[in-house]
Amino acid sequence: MTDAPSTIAERSAEMLARSTPTTIAARVRGLSDRAIAWLFITPTIALLLAINIFPLIWAVYLSFTNFRANRPNAEVVGVGLRNYQRVLNDPDIWIAMQTTAHFVFWTILFQTVIGFALAYLIDRKFRGHAFWTTVILIPMMLSPAVVGNFWRFLYQPQIGLFNYIVSFFSGIPPSSFEMLGSVTLAPWAIIVVDTWMWTPYVMLICLAGLRSIPDYIYEAAEVDRASAWRQFWSITVPMALPFIMLAVLFRGIENFKMFDMVMLLTGGGPGSTTEVASITLKREAFESWLTGRSSAFAIILFVAVFGLANIYVKALNKVKQR
Amino acid sequence: MSSVNTSAHSVVEPTPTVKRIAGVIVILYALVTMIPLAWIFLTSIKSPPDSISYPPKIVFTPTLEGYCNLFTTRTRQTPDYIQSLPPATGTCDEITRSRNMVIAGPSNYWPRFGNSLIIAFGSTFLAVSLGTLAAYGFSRFRVPLADDLLFFILSTRMMPPIAVAIPIYLMYRQFGLSDTALGMILLYTAVNVSLAVWLLKGFIDEIPREYEEAAMIDGYTRLHAFWKVVLPQATTGIAATAIFCLIFAWNEYAFAVLLTSGSAQTAPPFIPTIIGEGGQDWPAVAAGTTIFLVPILVFTIILRKQLLRGITFGAVRK
Repeated sequence: MTDAPSTIAERSAEMLARSTPTTIAARVRGLSDRAIAWLFITPTIALLLAINIFPLIWAVYLSFTNFRANRPNAEVVGVGLRNYQRVLNDPDIWIAMQTTAHFVFWTILFQTVIGFALAYLIDRKFRGHAFWTTVILIPMMLSPAVVGNFWRFLYQPQIGLFNYIVSFFSGIPPSSFEMLGSVTLAPWAIIVVDTWMWTPYVMLICLAGLRSIPDYIYEAAEVDRASAWRQFWSITVPMALPFIMLAVLFRGIENFKMFDMVMLLTGGGPGSTTEVASITLKREAFESWLTGRSSAFAIILFVAVFGLANIYVKALNKVKQR
Repeated sequence: MSSVNTSAHSVVEPTPTVKRIAGVIVILYALVTMIPLAWIFLTSIKSPPDSISYPPKIVFTPTLEGYCNLFTTRTRQTPDYIQSLPPATGTCDEITRSRNMVIAGPSNYWPRFGNSLIIAFGSTFLAVSLGTLAAYGFSRFRVPLADDLLFFILSTRMMPPIAVAIPIYLMYRQFGLSDTALGMILLYTAVNVSLAVWLLKGFIDEIPREYEEAAMIDGYTRLHAFWKVVLPQATTGIAATAIFCLIFAWNEYAFAVLLTSGSAQTAPPFIPTIIGEGGQDWPAVAAGTTIFLVPILVFTIILRKQLLRGITFGAVRK
């Protein structure tokens, strides 16, 4: 990403640029640079202020009130920090947070291990690896809601393909277990779908990491007669680590706020065994209509993700500097 | 691998055996992950009884019943009434009558699909246009607090969509934007534009400023130079960004299900609601899913290079 001019055209252009006074804009016709800067940036900023920042500020305001969106004419009373207190003292919310943590932990673990392994194998550059990489990518391009909805069919106890394949290899009767209906299996059912869908993403970032390792390091290791095993643990893994950590960060943030896929697969059930934070939030905001309280919960979630992500990025930068 | 390889190959080139094993494992994985997608397609051309048979059928007589059920609404009639009708016109008519039903009218699938098209392409166009302009502005001019601003804008994407949906729901209700295509286009544009600015700034930073400056010395205005010099150089970046915005808007569910219910509803919240008599009509759902997935599949395959570049580029910059 260096700006070093390479071609003759670039070099002469640069020389010209240097030889002219800094006030090019003043000499040419048309709008000044300042005007263009504003003209170009203002529409985006305006849109973001209206649809991104303003709702955020409004949510902060609502979180300090008793407002309920289904009673727009009721008097809005400020309640101070009571909404926050209630959210933080609500055992249901802590259960939802645990469910989310379980989901995030296992999906990230599976996706990182499988994703990295796939990237490593693809980087062996066997014949046709580019084609198969594209095939592997397909699931992550699809709509989690629409595909998640169809997975409900694959998970049907008697007729579902998933149960059939499991019973084919394990001998367990396909009608004896319900992936979505059982309290113990449902959390794993959503982990399977998420892993199926998002392992390609981790794989891709790991692949970028593996390809960023220069060949001469391996060549030097060969000269030193380092074993393949040793090369893998002393060169490949440490040098790809910043990329792996990035992939973990992105998947962590995404899965922390996971909504669509889980909503369509289980809707949080059975009971509330798969009720991740976003689903609790949706229930409080759009079914119980506790707008103030759910806004407080939303802000808490945002601060939590933001805080955790920042701590993580600091750790990541340390790894990069090594 | 015990000694330094003296052949023309690079020493880090894997041996043929390693390559073959790697290839077999990767291809196996790829084939396994394709099973659910293949099953969606197969289910879409099964009859309802075939779709729920045990063991799952791989060999069956294909039928268009799923697609017919997807595109139409039907009413049950007595066989006598069906006998009294004029001869069936078209395949769907015949299939429907064989189930003792008649077609009552078109379903909502195509209107919902159309909404998805309008909203996805509209918001992508807006996000990429605004994003390119803003990215150029951020890249070439000193904007006060630019970095903080960009980072903050990007970080709002960390919020769960439901959290932002509460105030947006209230705001849209106030301004009459609930359940309108315009409202959804603006919303998706706002969500996408932060990513677009940020990706495109990276691409535009790579284009040497000297190009525009040389053009300006030749008498171009800055706007002209932007149009004639910078934009053509940024095409790859713009294409990569556009695919991202399009995929997001096409697949989005959370906002769509909360903010649209009727006239502006997109396909993702609609498809799960397709039901037949006595539960979910899986062939029809599979047909709707297949049609919905095809555009993205085609995009992925045609534009895979830009896509790969965009994903890894985005990751590396963050």
